[in-house]
Amino acid sequence: MKKLFFLLSIFLLLLSTVFYAQEKTIQDKNGQNECLNCHKSDENLPDDFKSYDVHITAGLTCADCHGGDPTSDDEDIAMSKKNGFVGVPSRKDIPQFCGRCHSDFKFMKNYRPEVETDQVKQYYTSIHGIQLKKGDKNVAVCTSCHTAHSILPPKDPRSSVYALNVPATCNKCHGDKKLMDKYNLPSDIYKKYVNSVHGIDLLKNKDVTGAPACNDCHGNHGATPPGVSSIVNVCGTCHVNNYNYFKASKMGKDWEGDNDYHGCVTCHNNHDIKKPNDSFVGVGDDALCSDCHDKGDKGYEEAKKIHQELTNLSTLYDSAKVKLIKVKQLGMDDISIGFMLKDAHQAMIKARTTVHTFSSAKVAELTVPGIKIANNAIKKADEEISDYHTRRYGLGAATIAILILIIGLYLKLKGLNKPEA
Amino acid sequence: MSQTRRKFINTILGIGGLGSLGAILYPLVSYLIPPKITEAKVNSVKAGKADKFKDNSYKIIKFGREPVILIKTVNGNFKALSATCTHLQCIVQYRKDLKEIWCACHNGLYDLNGKNISGPPPRPLKQYDVKIVKDEIIITR
Amino acid sequence: MGNYFNKIDKWLSDRYELDALKELIMHKKVPVHRHSVWYYMGGVTLFLFTVQVLTGILLLLYYKPGENSSYESVRFIMTHVKFGWLIRSIHSWSANLMILFAFLHMFSVFFSRAYEKPRELTWVTGFLSLAIALAFGFSGYLLPWNQLAFFATKVGTEIVGVVPIIGEPLKVILRGGEDVTGATLSRFFGIHVAVLPLVLTAFLVIHLLFVQKQGMHEPEKFKSLPEEKKKYIPFFPNFVLKDVLLWLVVFDVLLMLAVFLPWELGPKADPFTAAPAGIKPEWYFMFMFQSLKFLPAYILFLEGELVGVLGFGLAGLAWMLFPFIPFKNKPGAKISLQAAIGIFAVIYIIVLTILGYTL
Repeated sequence: MKKLFFLLSIFLLLLSTVFYAQEKTIQDKNGQNECLNCHKSDENLPDDFKSYDVHITAGLTCADCHGGDPTSDDEDIAMSKKNGFVGVPSRKDIPQFCGRCHSDFKFMKNYRPEVETDQVKQYYTSIHGIQLKKGDKNVAVCTSCHTAHSILPPKDPRSSVYALNVPATCNKCHGDKKLMDKYNLPSDIYKKYVNSVHGIDLLKNKDVTGAPACNDCHGNHGATPPGVSSIVNVCGTCHVNNYNYFKASKMGKDWEGDNDYHGCVTCHNNHDIKKPNDSFVGVGDDALCSDCHDKGDKGYEEAKKIHQELTNLSTLYDSAKVKLIKVKQLGMDDISIGFMLKDAHQAMIKARTTVHTFSSAKVAELTVPGIKIANNAIKKADEEISDYHTRRYGLGAATIAILILIIGLYLKLKGLNKPEA
Repeated sequence: MSQTRRKFINTILGIGGLGSLGAILYPLVSYLIPPKITEAKVNSVKAGKADKFKDNSYKIIKFGREPVILIKTVNGNFKALSATCTHLQCIVQYRKDLKEIWCACHNGLYDLNGKNISGPPPRPLKQYDVKIVKDEIIITR
Repeated sequence: MGNYFNKIDKWLSDRYELDALKELIMHKKVPVHRHSVWYYMGGVTLFLFTVQVLTGILLLLYYKPGENSSYESVRFIMTHVKFGWLIRSIHSWSANLMILFAFLHMFSVFFSRAYEKPRELTWVTGFLSLAIALAFGFSGYLLPWNQLAFFATKVGTEIVGVVPIIGEPLKVILRGGEDVTGATLSRFFGIHVAVLPLVLTAFLVIHLLFVQKQGMHEPEKFKSLPEEKKKYIPFFPNFVLKDVLLWLVVFDVLLMLAVFLPWELGPKADPFTAAPAGIKPEWYFMFMFQSLKFLPAYILFLEGELVGVLGFGLAGLAWMLFPFIPFKNKPGAKISLQAAIGIFAVIYIIVLTILGYTL
């Protein structure tokens, strides 16, 4: 009997906590928040406090994170340990502190059912998390990126983790030379990134949906540099064709596994990726191929050929473009030439991608038809331009007719001036 | 004035007058005859007969200076979108197998509403309106 | 053949008093002297105006005003319509030649003092016709909606805005809004093809009626000749044939210009790009444009540009009312004050136009 009573009371206790928990979320939405009232009037709010914080707008109170009794305006009651007051969590505890709710799928379901709940787990696999566990107090915790009291979902432009704001957010620590020196890490990543093709597209062109911010390559909660072997895969998520060509190439296979060559990064770098141009490939001063390939070897010759193919097409394309502008300026028919140039352009873009096959034959498969199209466009443009000047032979005939009429009139006039015979 | 001279002058005047008249009338009449493309259309373009267009296929239409991709979906609906990829201005195509719009240059993918869903394209494709009037497909801006 | 003419002639004469008209035409005489050549300038201007009307109507068949359609339809005319390029080119060239000949006509009249009594109103209507021709040029320039025209119109209408009080509202009315947009294009189109042709035709009719009524002006020297030494040619057919002869020559020159120096179209207007360097108005506005550029930012307490615009306004008004201004010339003067003013005007216009193109 005693045993039964004990079990029953435990069951009731559990039940009540379940009820309590469920009630809590509902009650809080309409509940008082005496914490905020006092802290506001004392002007003792956290520095980064914003009333638009996602937790406040969802109806959570200070006490839902920090504990205590939000209904009491008596400091001693409200912030008593007895009422579960936690206060400011220590840095080491922050991941678990946030994880109380954010790792609880059942709880999160009440607010944001679509949001993942494995952030804390992921975090401890990141360099940040591993170091934190070791007792390193410098590494980033949840609040380092998300802030403590102005947290917003990543799609909100005001959020510290909005795509446009991510580079600056990471740079708060990763741009700190003193801090980075301790770990033997570079502190100029942000500067490099800003001027990279991705940085310009994201930060200057505000291409939020397209250009990658730091987290798109490094991950967010589980942030680690992509491994040597996975770089190709990471870049390949967006640059699919380049990835496929590279993977299938001999060089791509040779570079697999542990060695000094790290896929895409070896030629394109990581953070300061420049907009590529045709001089990257080949054997010129800017060419990347000649970093490894010396005169006489097979790769050197191949690179030279690839460069030649690309320049052949691009020079021709450029001069066709100039011709097109001239045709437009003259007010001649430019539409079909414009479409031809679009095709030539397409061939050029495709050919540039096939550079990653490192085969001049494959590149030529695209440049040769491209050159043909560009040549046709130039021919058509020349026709239009010469038409502009010479299609008017009819003028000769008209002038002769008018001249005869003029002569006739002149003679007639001369006759008129003479007295009639 | 002698009769022959008068005659001569009148002949010259006749030839010159008729010639000049021809020189003016020929271009004039040619100008008045409507050209093959009868007007400078900038806001709409005809794209053929709707019932001849197969389901799950596409066609690139020249809309003035711009290429437009016209797609008939598996459900027989028409969609028209700018065919210029927003990444590096290649011309996109419709992939029957994927039922999506695909750019061959860098494997960019767009859904049938033009939204960029995969690969490098930074922005969606612009949509055009398609109307079917008496089985004639008309694309408008 | 002649029989038919006589029948028609009789039929008409029975109903309308054609004889008076015939009389006038048959007896009209044109004096012959050293400066007779200037009598033809007005006729050439009239001929070019006719060319403008005809080619203008032809262009209207295919032209579509509108921000998107204007440029494309002009390109359509130039590329798809047979001889469209020729019609457009003639329209552009003829416009310029018309204004050139109107200027020549005006200055020849001015220097031969043909504007004096009784031809004051002929002068006034002629001046107004030239002003309208300039408005024709200004409004027509915008219609192809190309880059150059767009910015030239922007600058041109901007100048209207500096006139005190009425300038700003006038600018907005002209532009059909605060800025040069598609609305301006519609407005300029309406002005160019409906308003101005109507007004110019009215003025021309009056101008020509006056000329026919009062006959050709005879210069001082000619008038002072003894009666038997005065040489005349009959207006019909001699003068008319000479007129036609000259028109034919001008027409051929026009064709050659249109063919060998065809008018370009240029890039389409894009209101959002920066103005290209070297925006220049049409040549007949150049002297005014250049003068405004030379003026300092401020003259006394007035804006330099305002002074310039008002100055040209007043000068234009004075020029129009020139026949009514009493001049007192000293008897012994080598050159009359009127001639001096005319020479100054010609030199001013030529010099500033040259400066406008060379600076």
